[in-house]
Amino acid sequence: MSLKGSISAAALALFMASPAFAQAPVKIGMITTLSGPGGYLGQDVRDAFNLAVELEGGKLGGAPVQVIVEDDALKPGQGKEIAERFMKTEKIKLLTGIIFSNVAGAVVPDILDNDGVYVSPNAGPSNFAGKECHKNYFVVSWQNDTLHESAGQNARNLGYKKAFVLAPNYQAGKDAIAGFKRMFKGDVAGEIYTRLDQTDFAAEMAQIRAANPDVVFQFHPGGLGIAFMRQYAQAGLLEKTPMVVASPSLDSVILKAVGDAAAGVNVSSHWNSDFDNAANKKFVAEFQKKYNRLPTYYASQGYDTALSIAAALKATGGKVDDVAAFSKAMAKADFQSVRGNFKFGPNQHPVHDWFALKVEKGADGQLALVTKGKVLENHGDFYAKDCKL
Amino acid sequence: MPLLIEQALNGVQLGFMLFLLAAGLTLIFGIMGVINLAQGSLYMIGAYATAAVAAKTGSFLLAAPAGLAAAALAGMSMEYLVVRRLYARDHLDQVLATFGLILFFNQLTTILFGRQPLFVEIPPFLNGSVPIVEGLRYPVYRLAIIAVGLATAIALYVLIARTRLGMLIRAGATNRDMVRALGVDIRLLYTVLFGVGAMLAGLAGVMAGPILSVQVGMGEQVLILTFVVVVIGGVGSIRGAFVGALVVGVVDTLLRAVLPGLLRQLMSSGSEADALASGLSAMGVYMLMAIVLLIRPKGLLPAHG
Amino acid sequence: MADPSNKPARPLLSSVRRRLLVALLLVGLVVLPYLASLAGQPALVSLATRIVILAIAAASLNLALGYGGLISFGHAAWYGVGAYVVGVLYRHFVTGDLLFGLPLGTDQLLITLPAAILVSGLFAAGFGALSLRTSGVQFIMITLAFAQMIFFFFVALKAYGGDDGLIVRRRNALPFVDTRDSATFYWVSLFFAVAWFAFMGRVVRSRFGKVLAGVRQSERRMAAIGVPTYRYKLAAFVISGMGAGLAGALMANHARFVSPDMLHWTQSGEFMIMVILGGAGTLLGPALGAAVLIGLETQLAAWTEHWQVILGPLLVLMILFTRGGLSGLLGLLRGGGR
Repeated sequence: MSLKGSISAAALALFMASPAFAQAPVKIGMITTLSGPGGYLGQDVRDAFNLAVELEGGKLGGAPVQVIVEDDALKPGQGKEIAERFMKTEKIKLLTGIIFSNVAGAVVPDILDNDGVYVSPNAGPSNFAGKECHKNYFVVSWQNDTLHESAGQNARNLGYKKAFVLAPNYQAGKDAIAGFKRMFKGDVAGEIYTRLDQTDFAAEMAQIRAANPDVVFQFHPGGLGIAFMRQYAQAGLLEKTPMVVASPSLDSVILKAVGDAAAGVNVSSHWNSDFDNAANKKFVAEFQKKYNRLPTYYASQGYDTALSIAAALKATGGKVDDVAAFSKAMAKADFQSVRGNFKFGPNQHPVHDWFALKVEKGADGQLALVTKGKVLENHGDFYAKDCKL
Repeated sequence: MPLLIEQALNGVQLGFMLFLLAAGLTLIFGIMGVINLAQGSLYMIGAYATAAVAAKTGSFLLAAPAGLAAAALAGMSMEYLVVRRLYARDHLDQVLATFGLILFFNQLTTILFGRQPLFVEIPPFLNGSVPIVEGLRYPVYRLAIIAVGLATAIALYVLIARTRLGMLIRAGATNRDMVRALGVDIRLLYTVLFGVGAMLAGLAGVMAGPILSVQVGMGEQVLILTFVVVVIGGVGSIRGAFVGALVVGVVDTLLRAVLPGLLRQLMSSGSEADALASGLSAMGVYMLMAIVLLIRPKGLLPAHG
Repeated sequence: MADPSNKPARPLLSSVRRRLLVALLLVGLVVLPYLASLAGQPALVSLATRIVILAIAAASLNLALGYGGLISFGHAAWYGVGAYVVGVLYRHFVTGDLLFGLPLGTDQLLITLPAAILVSGLFAAGFGALSLRTSGVQFIMITLAFAQMIFFFFVALKAYGGDDGLIVRRRNALPFVDTRDSATFYWVSLFFAVAWFAFMGRVVRSRFGKVLAGVRQSERRMAAIGVPTYRYKLAAFVISGMGAGLAGALMANHARFVSPDMLHWTQSGEFMIMVILGGAGTLLGPALGAAVLIGLETQLAAWTEHWQVILGPLLVLMILFTRGGLSGLLGLLRGGGR
């Protein structure tokens, strides 16, 4: 077969140098989204994962690893095809990398049915968090709803009483609004479902102005959010009505593209580049050194995913073949997360803290996400109670 | 009342934005008989070039012509290398070849500019808002879009109806061989015209940059709606594109503005009403198109008779 | 395609030799799972299943597009509708909820496939009746827009997963056969593909097929001799939609997953590419086109993350320089070698 994706060069070199003694590398299959508008998410997850491998000299937890990356192009069918090839042809047991919930929804059952282990660096859809949870399925990032729960709690902590909520008319959008309302508990002055192919939000801006809320919560990932926030500021609403969002609506890449129109926006997140712990400082510095850009929170999740796998490999002596033993080791989450507190809940989704961030001008005059305080402490998710593992 | 005026203005503004997008597509089709799916890619190229130059120089006034030039150049090379071979082919080959070009341009942009969306600042002189009527301020930039759209419409009218080039264009569209027999280099004429069509897409990209997100795939996001505009107006007709764009812009905006409130009064659950309203308004323009085509299969203002 | 001489290979091959070739091809396809496991590439079976299923969709599009000259840019809609029929019926089978007030949920392939074909055919009939009032570019664009409308409908359809799609945890069951085995399901798909291609062969050779070809070449002439062209075009469009529904239903079973992604307009574009690549208006061309396109995509994607920058120009080149598609090209080579 031809050269696949990005094989960790260090692992390869190590493997080639001493074939007689070296343990065969543990293969890790990464199915991620690299093409299209969502491509930068997958890129950051992949780059940060590879960074963790490289910092350990081509190993994770002392075991040499080989990371095989393929692009799912945000097509669930393609993701399944890649997973099938990884598991059957390459005999890979350990998979990771999926960015979007719809791809995860298609691919994860296949992996679990084939007795593989899946560690999610991003998507955490609700259907695998409750009754359908699985002993070989781990989510290092978050359960989808908790992103928006933290935004709801943040709006409540900030003392807002009357919110106007907007999200695209699809599953994730509806989940976002439900999650926000679960924690916000104030009045909802208006609720608008926008369209996934919408570029012009002038009509929505006029409705927000007419409703005159205390705060606006909106969930528009990627390009939609960029357009929304710029038009929000242009309509003169930014000075008048503060905005609360969850991290997918305003990561550091989007912030750069939105510019001044994001000044003062309240964001809730589980990680930020300015976190003051040793693991994070090392991660941010090394990431910037290697890739010459600021890591997004997706990168932090990719890095944490690698660390969590490293911890498990260390415990099992670099073996994945005994899947039950590997999963047991994974569940201990015996690693120092760059976000600080981290452990897995009963459904093997994270229990961690959520923080309030605000977009402010830093010392260099550039807008940046600045951590302001905690929103939720040791927060698990709504579905964990339904999971019997 | 100010709310209604504002929403109407929003509709008109969206209409002019759509006109900028549709004009190039329909111009190229009307004259050369080519469906160019990659029109969205040219829009993207215009936006990216503007973003790149604006980031380097900090000046929108320098960046805007750069965006136009880049789109026109990309369009002319596309015509020279690929499209020129498609004039004699049927629409199917044209659709597929330009579909291939979309894949190429998207990935090339990813390689050149990376996957992160780019930032374009609103030029300072177009920032802020002005009072229109009592209790209504409107963003200057959106007024600028209306102005640019209107100017483009007038310029196209003058170009086609009043100039020698326009005369050749009209003649070439009617009888290509006759124009060639009269000693006009029709190949060059078509290359230039394709460049003009590309530049119109680029202009839309330049104007969209500061309010939308400049990213890979932005062209496909608007492509389908552009098609709807062109079909409603009458394929190949600039006047049709103008009327079609305004109709689609106003209908789309008013549906989004009015429908949720209306359904909320009819239904018990607010959330469900909102979701349904969004679904219905998303289908609204397509239904509009179906109705128009049922009554007038060639569109509102067809190009030839 | 307007060019009537798009079957250059046909007269050169005697019908005996053609039958022999097809039989050989069939045998090769049937033993493919054994070859794949011998070669240590078991994932090939799944890839082959995908190609076989997509070939059905491409062949059905070929009836409208290649033989009927109806350039439909919305074929993915019927494909997706077929898939959703399987997904929805399975969902109701699992939950036991009523559908339209009736206990219709099922996981029996022999019920879900005909249901999918029927529903897709009905959808195609409704939208086709409207679309066929136009022709030429308007037809291309109206089919595209209608398909997009159906796409957004499924994206917003929360009851059936919306954007996240529907999981079909287990493949539909067939009596006496274990469809969960990937090789078995490949043979099942192959059976339906062969049946569909045989049906297509009969259709295009029938009186109906001949009239349809006549309509493509000159609708005015056919109308002048008293053929109700609209009805013929609509019938072709509906059959084409039914084939897409069959393919969608099989794909939903193969992937054990349905999502609006299957109805996206780029999927329609891929179907068209398969048809053109293989040779529009040739019986087996679409199958060849499906195999080449999916094979290329898979290989290129495994090779570089920027695979589209290669695939795009490759497609452009193939469309510019292989008139009549790959089977035309093969025919020319074979013809030249004699």
